[in-house]
Amino acid sequence: MSSASFNYVRATELTDALSQGKRPGAAYLAGGTDLLQLWKASLTAPQDVIDISRLPLADITRAGDRLVIGAMARLSDVAAHPEVKAGHPLICDAILASASGQVRNLATAGGNLLQRTRCPYFSDAGLACNKRDPGSGCGARDGENRHAVLFGGSSGCVATHASDLAVALAALDAEIAISSASGERQLALSDLYPLPGETTAPDSSLRPGEMITAIRIVGAERFAPHSTYLKIRDRASFEFAVVSVAAALRIEDGVIAEARLAAGGVASLPWRLGRSEAALIGRAPTEQAFAAAGELAIEGARPLEGNAFKIPLLRNAVIRALQTAGDQS
Amino acid sequence: MPSRLALTCHNRSLTFQCCGDEHQMTQSQDAKFPKQRIALSITVNGTRHELEAAPTATLLDVIRDELKLTGTKKGCDMGGCGACTVLVAGRRIASCLALAASFGDADITTIEGIGTADRLHPLQDAFIRHDALQCGYCTPGQILSAIAVLAEGARSIEEIREGMSGNLCRCGAHANIVAAIAEVAGL
Ligand SMILES: Cc1cc2nc3c(=O)[nH]c(=O)nc-3n(C[C@H](O)[C@H](O)[C@H](O)COP(=O)(O)OP(=O)(O)OC[C@H]3O[C@@H](n4cnc5c(N)ncnc54)[C@H](O)[C@@H]3O)c2cc1C
Ligand code: SF4
Ligand code: FES
Ligand code: FES
Repeated sequence: MSSASFNYVRATELTDALSQGKRPGAAYLAGGTDLLQLWKASLTAPQDVIDISRLPLADITRAGDRLVIGAMARLSDVAAHPEVKAGHPLICDAILASASGQVRNLATAGGNLLQRTRCPYFSDAGLACNKRDPGSGCGARDGENRHAVLFGGSSGCVATHASDLAVALAALDAEIAISSASGERQLALSDLYPLPGETTAPDSSLRPGEMITAIRIVGAERFAPHSTYLKIRDRASFEFAVVSVAAALRIEDGVIAEARLAAGGVASLPWRLGRSEAALIGRAPTEQAFAAAGELAIEGARPLEGNAFKIPLLRNAVIRALQTAGDQS
Repeated sequence: MPSRLALTCHNRSLTFQCCGDEHQMTQSQDAKFPKQRIALSITVNGTRHELEAAPTATLLDVIRDELKLTGTKKGCDMGGCGACTVLVAGRRIASCLALAASFGDADITTIEGIGTADRLHPLQDAFIRHDALQCGYCTPGQILSAIAVLAEGARSIEEIREGMSGNLCRCGAHANIVAAIAEVAGL
Protein backbone atom coordinates (compact mmCIF):
# COMPACT_ATOMS: atom_id res chain seq x y z
CA MET A 1 0.00 0.00 0.00
CA SER A 2 1.26 3.39 -0.91
CA SER A 3 2.16 5.54 2.05
CA ALA A 4 1.02 8.82 0.51
CA SER A 5 -2.45 10.03 1.25
CA PHE A 6 -4.52 12.27 -0.98
CA ASN A 7 -7.50 14.49 -0.78
CA TYR A 8 -10.65 13.34 -2.59
CA VAL A 9 -12.88 15.69 -4.52
CA ARG A 10 -15.90 14.59 -6.50
CA ALA A 11 -16.60 16.79 -9.50
CA THR A 12 -20.16 17.11 -10.70
CA GLU A 13 -19.70 19.83 -13.30
CA LEU A 14 -17.15 20.02 -16.07
CA THR A 15 -16.08 23.62 -15.42
CA ASP A 16 -15.59 22.84 -11.76
CA ALA A 17 -13.54 19.74 -12.58
CA LEU A 18 -11.36 21.65 -15.02
CA SER A 19 -10.56 24.40 -12.54
CA GLN A 20 -9.70 21.82 -9.86
CA GLY A 21 -7.71 19.74 -12.33
CA LYS A 22 -5.33 22.51 -13.33
CA ARG A 23 -3.95 22.83 -9.80
CA PRO A 24 -0.45 21.39 -9.34
CA GLY A 25 -0.60 17.93 -7.77
CA ALA A 26 -4.12 17.24 -9.00
CA ALA A 27 -4.99 14.03 -10.88
CA TYR A 28 -8.23 13.05 -12.52
CA LEU A 29 -9.74 9.74 -11.54
CA ALA A 30 -12.23 8.16 -13.94
CA GLY A 31 -12.48 4.39 -13.45
CA GLY A 32 -9.37 4.52 -11.29
CA THR A 33 -8.09 1.16 -12.53
CA ASP A 34 -4.78 2.57 -13.71
CA LEU A 35 -4.41 5.49 -11.32
CA LEU A 36 -4.95 3.35 -8.23
CA GLN A 37 -2.48 0.73 -9.39
CA LEU A 38 0.15 3.42 -9.90
CA TRP A 39 -0.70 5.00 -6.57
CA LYS A 40 -0.48 1.70 -4.72
CA ALA A 41 2.91 1.04 -6.29
CA SER A 42 4.06 4.55 -5.21
CA LEU A 43 4.59 5.49 -8.86
CA THR A 44 2.30 8.47 -8.51
CA ALA A 45 1.41 10.53 -5.47
CA PRO A 46 -1.31 13.05 -6.29
CA GLN A 47 -2.29 15.56 -3.64
CA ASP A 48 -5.81 15.93 -4.92
CA VAL A 49 -7.72 13.22 -6.69
CA ILE A 50 -10.51 14.74 -8.75
CA ASP A 51 -13.17 12.10 -9.33
CA ILE A 52 -14.61 12.82 -12.78
CA SER A 53 -16.47 9.53 -13.16
CA ARG A 54 -19.87 11.14 -12.53
CA LEU A 55 -19.53 13.99 -14.96
CA PRO A 56 -22.29 13.80 -17.56
CA LEU A 57 -19.82 12.61 -20.21
CA ALA A 58 -20.73 8.94 -20.43
CA ASP A 59 -23.19 9.02 -23.33
CA ILE A 60 -22.64 7.12 -26.54
CA THR A 61 -24.48 8.70 -29.43
CA ARG A 62 -24.70 8.34 -33.16
CA ALA A 63 -25.82 11.15 -35.40
CA GLY A 64 -25.63 10.51 -39.12
CA ASP A 65 -22.26 9.00 -39.86
CA ARG A 66 -20.70 10.26 -36.64
CA LEU A 67 -20.26 8.19 -33.49
CA VAL A 68 -19.43 9.99 -30.25
CA ILE A 69 -18.23 8.04 -27.23
CA GLY A 70 -18.23 10.04 -24.01
CA ALA A 71 -14.90 9.77 -22.21
CA MET A 72 -16.55 8.50 -19.02
CA ALA A 73 -18.36 5.65 -20.77
CA ARG A 74 -17.27 2.38 -19.18
CA LEU A 75 -15.52 -0.01 -21.54
CA SER A 76 -18.18 -2.68 -21.02
CA ASP A 77 -20.94 -0.22 -21.91
CA VAL A 78 -19.14 0.86 -25.07
CA ALA A 79 -18.70 -2.76 -26.19
CA ALA A 80 -22.34 -3.61 -25.45
CA HIS A 81 -23.82 -0.53 -27.13
CA PRO A 82 -26.04 -1.46 -30.10
CA GLU A 83 -24.72 1.37 -32.34
CA VAL A 84 -21.13 0.44 -31.61
CA LYS A 85 -21.79 -3.26 -32.19
CA ALA A 86 -23.61 -2.65 -35.46
CA GLY A 87 -21.50 0.12 -36.99
CA HIS A 88 -18.09 -0.24 -35.33
CA PRO A 89 -17.53 -3.89 -34.41
CA LEU A 90 -13.76 -3.31 -34.48
CA ILE A 91 -14.11 -1.21 -31.33
CA CYS A 92 -16.08 -3.97 -29.59
CA ASP A 93 -13.50 -6.59 -30.59
CA ALA A 94 -10.65 -4.52 -29.19
CA ILE A 95 -12.45 -3.78 -25.92
CA LEU A 96 -13.58 -7.35 -25.35
CA ALA A 97 -9.97 -8.45 -25.79
CA SER A 98 -8.91 -5.99 -23.03
CA ALA A 99 -8.47 -6.74 -19.33
CA SER A 100 -11.32 -8.67 -17.64
CA GLY A 101 -15.06 -8.23 -17.16
CA GLN A 102 -14.44 -6.89 -13.65
CA VAL A 103 -11.98 -4.29 -14.92
CA ARG A 104 -14.02 -3.31 -18.02
CA ASN A 105 -16.99 -2.49 -15.80
CA LEU A 106 -14.85 0.11 -14.03
CA ALA A 107 -12.48 1.34 -16.73
CA THR A 108 -13.56 4.25 -18.92
CA ALA A 109 -12.86 4.88 -22.59
CA GLY A 110 -10.94 8.10 -21.85
CA GLY A 111 -8.91 6.54 -19.05
CA ASN A 112 -8.03 3.59 -21.26
CA LEU A 113 -6.33 5.87 -23.76
CA LEU A 114 -4.30 7.46 -20.97
CA GLN A 115 -3.12 4.37 -19.13
CA ARG A 116 0.61 4.33 -18.50
CA THR A 117 3.00 1.88 -20.11
CA ARG A 118 3.44 -1.67 -18.86
CA CYS A 119 7.22 -1.57 -19.29
CA PRO A 120 8.50 -3.51 -16.24
CA TYR A 121 11.27 -0.97 -15.62
CA PHE A 122 8.73 1.83 -15.42
CA SER A 123 6.90 -0.04 -12.64
CA ASP A 124 9.98 -0.59 -10.50
CA ALA A 125 11.01 2.65 -8.84
CA GLY A 126 14.50 1.26 -8.19
CA LEU A 127 15.37 1.01 -11.89
CA ALA A 128 16.41 3.62 -14.44
CA CYS A 129 13.51 4.84 -16.56
CA ASN A 130 13.26 8.10 -18.49
CA LYS A 131 9.50 7.83 -18.65
CA ARG A 132 9.14 7.73 -14.88
CA ASP A 133 12.18 9.80 -14.06
CA PRO A 134 13.38 11.96 -16.99
CA GLY A 135 17.13 11.85 -17.43
CA SER A 136 17.65 8.66 -15.42
CA GLY A 137 18.23 6.52 -18.51
CA CYS A 138 16.39 3.59 -20.01
CA GLY A 139 16.85 0.25 -18.32
CA ALA A 140 14.95 -1.69 -20.96
CA ARG A 141 17.02 -0.71 -23.98
CA ASP A 142 19.99 -2.83 -23.01
CA GLY A 143 18.14 -4.97 -20.50
CA GLU A 144 15.06 -7.17 -20.63
CA ASN A 145 13.32 -5.87 -23.76
CA ARG A 146 11.12 -8.66 -25.04
CA HIS A 147 8.17 -6.27 -24.77
CA ALA A 148 9.87 -3.33 -26.51
CA VAL A 149 8.97 -1.40 -29.66
CA LEU A 150 9.91 -2.24 -33.25
CA PHE A 151 9.17 1.23 -34.59
CA GLY A 152 9.79 4.78 -33.41
CA GLY A 153 11.99 3.92 -30.42
CA SER A 154 14.73 6.28 -29.26
CA SER A 155 17.86 5.83 -27.20
CA GLY A 156 15.72 7.27 -24.39
CA CYS A 157 12.72 4.92 -24.41
CA VAL A 158 11.50 1.83 -26.20
CA ALA A 159 8.20 1.26 -24.38
CA THR A 160 4.95 0.37 -26.10
CA HIS A 161 1.54 1.82 -25.38
CA ALA A 162 -0.71 -0.83 -23.87
CA SER A 163 -4.20 0.26 -24.97
CA ASP A 164 -6.07 -2.06 -27.32
CA LEU A 165 -8.88 0.42 -27.84
CA ALA A 166 -6.38 3.00 -29.13
CA VAL A 167 -5.26 0.61 -31.88
CA ALA A 168 -8.82 0.13 -33.14
CA LEU A 169 -9.49 3.87 -32.92
CA ALA A 170 -6.31 4.68 -34.83
CA ALA A 171 -7.41 2.43 -37.68
CA LEU A 172 -10.74 4.27 -37.77
CA ASP A 173 -9.07 7.73 -37.77
CA ALA A 174 -10.72 8.72 -34.49
CA GLU A 175 -10.46 12.20 -33.03
CA ILE A 176 -10.19 13.15 -29.39
CA ALA A 177 -12.07 16.09 -27.91
CA ILE A 178 -10.12 17.83 -25.15
CA SER A 179 -11.21 20.49 -22.67
CA SER A 180 -9.28 22.58 -20.22
CA ALA A 181 -9.93 25.66 -18.12
CA SER A 182 -8.67 27.74 -21.05
CA GLY A 183 -10.77 26.18 -23.81
CA GLU A 184 -11.25 23.22 -26.09
CA ARG A 185 -9.22 21.53 -28.78
CA GLN A 186 -9.28 18.45 -30.97
CA LEU A 187 -6.53 15.99 -31.71
CA ALA A 188 -6.21 13.11 -34.10
CA LEU A 189 -5.91 10.05 -31.89
CA SER A 190 -2.39 9.33 -33.15
CA ASP A 191 -1.29 12.82 -32.10
CA LEU A 192 -2.24 11.98 -28.53
CA TYR A 193 0.86 9.82 -28.34
CA PRO A 194 4.28 11.43 -28.81
CA LEU A 195 7.36 9.54 -29.92
CA PRO A 196 9.97 9.29 -27.17
CA GLY A 197 12.83 11.77 -26.92
CA GLU A 198 16.37 11.17 -25.76
CA THR A 199 15.81 11.78 -22.07
CA THR A 200 12.05 12.08 -21.73
CA ALA A 201 9.16 9.95 -22.87
CA PRO A 202 5.76 11.31 -21.89
CA ASP A 203 2.92 8.83 -22.38
CA SER A 204 0.60 11.44 -23.86
CA SER A 205 0.68 14.92 -25.28
CA LEU A 206 -2.08 16.17 -22.96
CA ARG A 207 -1.10 19.29 -21.07
CA PRO A 208 -1.55 19.53 -17.30
CA GLY A 209 -5.21 19.94 -16.42
CA GLU A 210 -6.53 18.92 -19.82
CA MET A 211 -9.34 16.41 -19.90
CA ILE A 212 -10.48 14.12 -22.68
CA THR A 213 -14.22 14.61 -22.94
CA ALA A 214 -15.10 12.47 -25.96
CA ILE A 215 -13.90 10.25 -28.76
CA ARG A 216 -15.33 10.98 -32.21
CA ILE A 217 -15.36 8.67 -35.18
CA VAL A 218 -16.72 9.91 -38.48
CA GLY A 219 -17.74 7.88 -41.50
CA ALA A 220 -16.26 4.58 -40.32
CA GLU A 221 -19.36 2.43 -40.63
CA ARG A 222 -18.39 1.53 -44.16
CA PHE A 223 -15.72 -0.72 -42.67
CA ALA A 224 -18.12 -2.62 -40.42
CA PRO A 225 -18.60 -5.65 -42.73
CA HIS A 226 -14.85 -6.27 -43.06
CA SER A 227 -13.02 -5.48 -39.85
CA THR A 228 -11.31 -7.39 -37.10
CA TYR A 229 -8.99 -7.00 -34.13
CA LEU A 230 -6.39 -9.72 -33.72
CA LYS A 231 -4.55 -9.77 -30.42
CA ILE A 232 -1.58 -12.07 -29.88
CA ARG A 233 -0.69 -12.57 -26.23
CA ASP A 234 1.23 -14.89 -23.94
CA ARG A 235 -1.99 -16.49 -22.72
CA ALA A 236 -5.34 -16.78 -24.41
CA SER A 237 -7.17 -14.15 -22.38
CA PHE A 238 -6.74 -11.46 -19.70
CA GLU A 239 -3.31 -10.36 -20.90
CA PHE A 240 -1.77 -7.40 -22.68
CA ALA A 241 -0.83 -7.72 -26.34
CA VAL A 242 2.56 -8.89 -27.50
CA VAL A 243 1.46 -7.77 -30.94
CA SER A 244 -2.01 -6.80 -32.14
CA VAL A 245 -3.52 -5.75 -35.45
CA ALA A 246 -6.66 -3.79 -36.24
CA ALA A 247 -7.70 -4.40 -39.84
CA ALA A 248 -10.57 -2.73 -41.67
CA LEU A 249 -11.34 -3.10 -45.36
CA ARG A 250 -13.95 -1.77 -47.74
CA ILE A 251 -14.46 -4.25 -50.51
CA GLU A 252 -16.37 -3.22 -53.60
CA ASP A 253 -17.15 -5.62 -56.43
CA GLY A 254 -14.51 -8.05 -55.24
CA VAL A 255 -11.79 -5.39 -55.04
CA ILE A 256 -10.31 -3.69 -51.99
CA ALA A 257 -11.37 -0.05 -52.27
CA GLU A 258 -10.00 1.11 -48.92
CA ALA A 259 -7.75 -0.46 -46.29
CA ARG A 260 -6.88 0.52 -42.75
CA LEU A 261 -4.26 -1.28 -40.69
CA ALA A 262 -2.89 -0.35 -37.27
CA ALA A 263 -0.59 -2.41 -35.09
CA GLY A 264 -0.34 -2.49 -31.29
CA GLY A 265 2.55 -3.67 -29.14
CA VAL A 266 5.13 -2.35 -31.59
CA ALA A 267 5.44 1.40 -30.84
CA SER A 268 4.69 4.10 -28.30
CA LEU A 269 1.54 4.76 -30.28
CA PRO A 270 -0.81 2.65 -32.42
CA TRP A 271 1.35 2.16 -35.52
CA ARG A 272 -0.46 2.74 -38.80
CA LEU A 273 0.85 0.51 -41.57
CA GLY A 274 0.51 2.97 -44.44
CA ARG A 275 2.58 1.08 -47.00
CA SER A 276 0.58 -2.10 -46.44
CA GLU A 277 -2.66 -0.13 -46.75
CA ALA A 278 -1.59 1.47 -50.02
CA ALA A 279 -0.51 -1.85 -51.52
CA LEU A 280 -3.92 -3.40 -50.88
CA ILE A 281 -5.95 -0.78 -52.73
CA GLY A 282 -7.27 -1.97 -56.06
CA ARG A 283 -6.39 -5.60 -55.43
CA ALA A 284 -8.68 -8.56 -54.88
CA PRO A 285 -8.66 -9.85 -51.28
CA THR A 286 -6.39 -12.78 -52.08
CA GLU A 287 -3.67 -14.61 -50.17
CA GLN A 288 -1.03 -13.00 -52.40
CA ALA A 289 -2.27 -9.50 -51.70
CA PHE A 290 -2.37 -10.18 -47.96
CA ALA A 291 1.11 -11.74 -47.96
CA ALA A 292 2.51 -8.69 -49.73
CA ALA A 293 0.86 -6.41 -47.16
CA GLY A 294 2.40 -8.52 -44.38
CA GLU A 295 5.89 -8.12 -45.81
CA LEU A 296 5.45 -4.35 -46.15
CA ALA A 297 4.26 -4.12 -42.54
CA ILE A 298 7.64 -5.12 -41.16
CA GLU A 299 9.74 -2.86 -43.36
CA GLY A 300 11.79 -0.52 -41.24
CA ALA A 301 11.34 -2.54 -38.05
CA ARG A 302 14.29 -2.06 -35.69
CA PRO A 303 14.45 -4.85 -33.16
CA LEU A 304 16.45 -4.94 -29.95
CA GLU A 305 18.15 -7.98 -28.50
CA GLY A 306 15.05 -9.57 -27.02
CA ASN A 307 12.20 -8.70 -29.35
CA ALA A 308 13.19 -9.72 -32.89
CA PHE A 309 10.56 -12.48 -32.65
CA LYS A 310 7.95 -9.75 -32.97
CA ILE A 311 8.90 -9.15 -36.61
CA PRO A 312 7.58 -12.43 -38.06
CA LEU A 313 4.80 -12.27 -35.47
CA LEU A 314 3.68 -8.88 -36.80
CA ARG A 315 3.89 -10.01 -40.42
CA ASN A 316 1.84 -13.12 -39.74
CA ALA A 317 -0.65 -11.23 -37.57
CA VAL A 318 -1.25 -8.74 -40.40
CA ILE A 319 -1.86 -11.59 -42.83
CA ARG A 320 -4.21 -13.42 -40.47
CA ALA A 321 -6.14 -10.27 -39.59
CA LEU A 322 -6.59 -9.48 -43.29
CA GLN A 323 -7.76 -13.03 -43.98
CA THR A 324 -10.37 -12.73 -41.23
CA ALA A 325 -11.50 -9.27 -42.33
CA GLY A 326 -11.53 -10.27 -46.00
CA ASP A 327 -13.62 -13.39 -45.35
CA GLN A 328 -16.47 -11.65 -43.60
CA SER A 329 -19.49 -10.57 -45.56
CA MET B 1 16.84 0.30 28.12
CA PRO B 2 13.22 1.29 28.33
CA SER B 3 11.49 -0.33 31.22
CA ARG B 4 8.22 -0.41 29.43
CA LEU B 5 7.25 -0.20 25.80
CA ALA B 6 3.56 -0.08 25.02
CA LEU B 7 2.55 0.21 21.41
CA THR B 8 -0.83 1.15 20.07
CA CYS B 9 -1.39 1.33 16.39
CA HIS B 10 -4.39 3.11 14.97
CA ASN B 11 -4.83 3.75 11.28
CA ARG B 12 -1.59 5.41 10.31
CA SER B 13 -0.51 6.63 13.70
CA LEU B 14 1.60 4.80 16.21
CA THR B 15 1.56 5.66 19.92
CA PHE B 16 4.20 4.31 22.25
CA GLN B 17 5.38 4.92 25.74
CA CYS B 18 9.03 4.94 26.50
CA CYS B 19 10.71 5.85 29.80
CA GLY B 20 7.46 7.27 31.04
CA ASP B 21 6.87 9.62 28.07
CA GLU B 22 4.21 9.12 25.49
CA HIS B 23 5.26 9.53 21.86
CA GLN B 24 3.09 9.62 18.81
CA MET B 25 4.23 9.05 15.27
CA THR B 26 1.98 9.82 12.35
CA GLN B 27 2.80 9.14 8.75
CA SER B 28 4.16 12.43 7.54
CA GLN B 29 2.03 12.68 4.39
CA ASP B 30 -1.13 12.53 6.45
CA ALA B 31 -0.21 15.74 8.17
CA LYS B 32 -0.80 17.56 4.89
CA PHE B 33 -4.37 16.31 4.76
CA PRO B 34 -5.75 16.66 8.24
CA LYS B 35 -7.65 13.39 8.12
CA GLN B 36 -10.24 13.95 5.45
CA ARG B 37 -13.04 11.47 6.07
CA ILE B 38 -15.53 10.55 3.40
CA ALA B 39 -19.11 9.85 4.42
CA LEU B 40 -20.41 6.68 2.82
CA SER B 41 -23.94 5.42 2.68
CA ILE B 42 -23.58 2.04 1.07
CA THR B 43 -26.02 -0.81 0.90
CA VAL B 44 -24.40 -4.20 1.24
CA ASN B 45 -26.50 -7.32 0.80
CA GLY B 46 -29.64 -5.31 1.43
CA THR B 47 -28.44 -3.59 4.61
CA ARG B 48 -27.67 0.10 4.59
CA HIS B 49 -24.48 1.22 6.31
CA GLU B 50 -23.59 4.79 7.17
CA LEU B 51 -19.90 5.09 7.82
CA GLU B 52 -16.80 7.12 7.19
CA ALA B 53 -13.67 6.09 5.37
CA ALA B 54 -10.31 7.50 4.43
CA PRO B 55 -10.18 9.10 0.98
CA THR B 56 -7.66 6.46 -0.04
CA ALA B 57 -9.70 3.44 1.08
CA THR B 58 -10.76 1.00 -1.59
CA LEU B 59 -14.19 -0.56 -1.59
CA LEU B 60 -12.48 -3.85 -0.77
CA ASP B 61 -10.89 -2.36 2.34
CA VAL B 62 -14.20 -0.96 3.51
CA ILE B 63 -16.04 -4.24 2.95
CA ARG B 64 -13.43 -6.29 4.77
CA ASP B 65 -12.01 -3.98 7.40
CA GLU B 66 -14.91 -1.71 8.27
CA LEU B 67 -17.93 -3.94 7.64
CA LYS B 68 -16.00 -7.10 8.59
CA LEU B 69 -17.44 -8.99 5.65
CA THR B 70 -14.33 -11.06 5.08
CA GLY B 71 -15.80 -13.42 2.52
CA THR B 72 -14.55 -11.04 -0.16
CA LYS B 73 -10.84 -11.74 -0.52
CA LYS B 74 -7.77 -9.68 -1.25
CA GLY B 75 -5.36 -11.44 -3.57
CA CYS B 76 -3.23 -9.18 -5.73
CA ASP B 77 -4.85 -5.84 -4.80
CA MET B 78 -4.05 -4.80 -8.41
CA GLY B 79 -7.01 -5.98 -10.50
CA GLY B 80 -5.23 -9.09 -11.67
CA CYS B 81 -6.80 -12.03 -9.82
CA GLY B 82 -10.53 -11.50 -9.30
CA ALA B 83 -10.56 -12.59 -5.63
CA CYS B 84 -12.13 -9.25 -4.66
CA THR B 85 -15.00 -9.42 -7.16
CA VAL B 86 -18.29 -7.99 -5.89
CA LEU B 87 -21.43 -6.87 -7.67
CA VAL B 88 -22.40 -3.21 -7.78
CA ALA B 89 -25.99 -2.85 -8.98
CA GLY B 90 -25.58 -6.32 -10.46
CA ARG B 91 -22.34 -5.57 -12.33
CA ARG B 92 -19.13 -7.26 -11.30
CA ILE B 93 -16.16 -5.10 -10.42
CA ALA B 94 -12.70 -5.57 -8.97
CA SER B 95 -13.32 -3.92 -5.61
CA CYS B 96 -9.57 -3.51 -5.02
CA LEU B 97 -9.41 -0.95 -7.83
CA ALA B 98 -12.58 0.88 -6.83
CA LEU B 99 -12.16 3.88 -4.57
CA ALA B 100 -14.75 3.62 -1.80
CA ALA B 101 -15.38 7.36 -2.08
CA SER B 102 -16.44 6.91 -5.71
CA PHE B 103 -18.93 4.24 -4.67
CA GLY B 104 -20.26 6.00 -1.60
CA ASP B 105 -23.91 5.34 -2.43
CA ALA B 106 -23.53 1.96 -4.12
CA ASP B 107 -25.73 -1.11 -3.82
CA ILE B 108 -23.28 -3.95 -3.31
CA THR B 109 -23.63 -7.71 -3.24
CA THR B 110 -20.92 -9.86 -1.65
CA ILE B 111 -20.66 -13.61 -1.20
CA GLU B 112 -22.39 -13.28 2.20
CA GLY B 113 -25.48 -11.99 0.41
CA ILE B 114 -26.22 -14.69 -2.11
CA GLY B 115 -27.01 -17.79 -0.09
CA THR B 116 -26.91 -19.39 3.34
CA ALA B 117 -25.64 -22.75 4.53
CA ASP B 118 -29.24 -24.02 4.45
CA ARG B 119 -30.22 -22.35 1.22
CA LEU B 120 -27.25 -22.33 -1.06
CA HIS B 121 -27.17 -20.29 -4.22
CA PRO B 122 -27.34 -22.71 -7.19
CA LEU B 123 -23.76 -21.80 -8.09
CA GLN B 124 -22.55 -22.50 -4.53
CA ASP B 125 -24.29 -25.85 -4.69
CA ALA B 126 -22.80 -26.64 -8.09
CA PHE B 127 -19.28 -25.60 -6.96
CA ILE B 128 -19.51 -28.06 -4.08
CA ARG B 129 -20.83 -30.93 -6.20
CA HIS B 130 -18.26 -30.34 -8.95
CA ASP B 131 -15.38 -30.05 -6.50
CA ALA B 132 -14.67 -26.63 -8.00
CA LEU B 133 -12.29 -25.53 -5.24
CA GLN B 134 -9.44 -26.67 -3.09
CA CYS B 135 -8.29 -23.99 -0.66
CA GLY B 136 -11.36 -21.87 -1.39
CA TYR B 137 -9.59 -18.52 -1.41
CA CYS B 138 -10.66 -17.61 -4.92
CA THR B 139 -14.14 -19.09 -4.58
CA PRO B 140 -16.16 -16.05 -3.43
CA GLY B 141 -14.79 -14.04 -6.34
CA GLN B 142 -15.34 -16.93 -8.74
CA ILE B 143 -18.97 -17.26 -7.70
CA LEU B 144 -19.75 -13.53 -7.82
CA SER B 145 -18.08 -13.34 -11.22
CA ALA B 146 -20.00 -16.40 -12.43
CA ILE B 147 -23.31 -14.81 -11.40
CA ALA B 148 -22.42 -11.84 -13.58
CA VAL B 149 -21.12 -13.94 -16.47
CA LEU B 150 -24.45 -15.78 -16.63
CA ALA B 151 -26.35 -12.49 -16.39
CA GLU B 152 -24.19 -11.09 -19.18
CA GLY B 153 -25.51 -13.90 -21.34
CA ALA B 154 -22.74 -16.50 -21.67
CA ARG B 155 -24.21 -19.33 -23.71
CA SER B 156 -21.34 -21.70 -24.35
CA ILE B 157 -18.38 -23.29 -22.59
CA GLU B 158 -16.13 -21.01 -24.62
CA GLU B 159 -18.01 -17.90 -23.46
CA ILE B 160 -17.90 -19.07 -19.85
CA ARG B 161 -14.15 -19.66 -20.05
CA GLU B 162 -13.54 -16.26 -21.63
CA GLY B 163 -15.93 -14.52 -19.24
CA MET B 164 -14.22 -16.08 -16.23
CA SER B 165 -10.68 -15.24 -17.36
CA GLY B 166 -10.41 -12.43 -14.81
CA ASN B 167 -10.64 -14.94 -11.96
CA LEU B 168 -7.49 -16.90 -11.29
CA CYS B 169 -7.33 -20.02 -9.15
CA ARG B 170 -3.93 -20.84 -7.69
CA CYS B 171 -5.15 -24.36 -6.90
CA GLY B 172 -5.96 -24.90 -10.56
CA ALA B 173 -9.63 -25.80 -10.15
CA HIS B 174 -10.56 -24.02 -13.39
CA ALA B 175 -11.85 -27.10 -15.22
CA ASN B 176 -14.30 -27.91 -12.43
CA ILE B 177 -15.24 -24.26 -12.01
CA VAL B 178 -16.24 -24.09 -15.68
CA ALA B 179 -18.16 -27.36 -15.34
CA ALA B 180 -20.08 -26.06 -12.32
CA ILE B 181 -21.05 -22.84 -14.10
CA ALA B 182 -21.98 -24.71 -17.28
CA GLU B 183 -24.34 -26.92 -15.30
CA VAL B 184 -26.12 -23.92 -13.80
CA ALA B 185 -26.29 -22.38 -17.29
CA GLY B 186 -28.03 -25.54 -18.46
CA LEU B 187 -25.26 -26.48 -20.90
C1 LIG C 1 -5.51 -6.47 -14.55
C2 LIG C 1 -5.61 -5.48 -15.67
C3 LIG C 1 -5.51 -5.91 -16.98
C4 LIG C 1 -5.59 -4.99 -18.03
N1 LIG C 1 -5.52 -5.43 -19.32
C5 LIG C 1 -5.66 -4.53 -20.35
C6 LIG C 1 -5.65 -4.94 -21.70
O1 LIG C 1 -5.51 -6.13 -22.00
N2 LIG C 1 -5.79 -3.99 -22.67
C7 LIG C 1 -5.97 -2.67 -22.37
O2 LIG C 1 -6.13 -1.86 -23.29
N3 LIG C 1 -5.96 -2.26 -21.09
C8 LIG C 1 -5.82 -3.16 -20.09
N4 LIG C 1 -5.81 -2.73 -18.81
C9 LIG C 1 -5.80 -1.30 -18.54
C10 LIG C 1 -7.17 -0.77 -18.32
O3 LIG C 1 -7.91 -0.90 -19.51
C11 LIG C 1 -7.01 0.68 -17.90
O4 LIG C 1 -6.51 0.66 -16.58
C12 LIG C 1 -8.28 1.44 -17.92
O5 LIG C 1 -8.86 1.45 -19.19
C13 LIG C 1 -8.04 2.85 -17.47
O6 LIG C 1 -9.28 3.54 -17.44
P1 LIG C 1 -9.79 4.20 -16.09
O7 LIG C 1 -11.05 4.90 -16.39
O8 LIG C 1 -9.85 3.19 -15.00
O9 LIG C 1 -8.60 5.21 -15.87
P2 LIG C 1 -8.06 5.93 -14.57
O10 LIG C 1 -7.23 4.98 -13.79
O11 LIG C 1 -9.16 6.63 -13.87
O12 LIG C 1 -7.15 7.00 -15.26
C14 LIG C 1 -6.00 6.67 -16.01
C15 LIG C 1 -5.16 7.93 -16.23
O13 LIG C 1 -5.80 8.85 -17.09
C16 LIG C 1 -6.19 10.04 -16.40
N5 LIG C 1 -7.54 10.27 -16.87
C17 LIG C 1 -8.60 9.42 -16.79
N6 LIG C 1 -9.63 9.89 -17.51
C18 LIG C 1 -9.22 11.06 -18.06
C19 LIG C 1 -9.84 12.01 -18.92
N7 LIG C 1 -11.09 11.82 -19.38
N8 LIG C 1 -9.12 13.10 -19.29
C20 LIG C 1 -7.85 13.28 -18.86
N9 LIG C 1 -7.23 12.41 -18.04
C21 LIG C 1 -7.90 11.31 -17.64
C22 LIG C 1 -6.00 9.77 -14.94
O14 LIG C 1 -5.59 10.90 -14.24
C23 LIG C 1 -4.91 8.71 -14.96
O15 LIG C 1 -3.67 9.31 -15.09
C24 LIG C 1 -5.76 -3.62 -17.75
C25 LIG C 1 -5.89 -3.19 -16.42
C26 LIG C 1 -5.82 -4.10 -15.39
C27 LIG C 1 -5.99 -3.62 -13.99
S1 SF4 D 1 11.54 1.64 -22.31
FE1 SF4 D 1 10.70 3.63 -21.62
S2 SF4 D 1 9.39 2.99 -19.94
FE2 SF4 D 1 10.79 1.26 -20.26
S3 SF4 D 1 12.64 1.65 -18.99
FE3 SF4 D 1 13.06 2.61 -20.96
S4 SF4 D 1 12.40 4.73 -20.59
FE4 SF4 D 1 11.36 3.53 -19.03
S1 FES E 1 -7.50 -8.49 -5.21
FE1 FES E 1 -8.68 -7.38 -6.66
S2 FES E 1 -8.25 -8.39 -8.50
FE2 FES E 1 -6.83 -9.32 -7.12
S1 FES F 1 -9.43 -22.94 -4.76
FE1 FES F 1 -7.45 -22.28 -4.08
S2 FES F 1 -7.16 -20.51 -5.30
FE2 FES F 1 -8.91 -21.36 -6.18
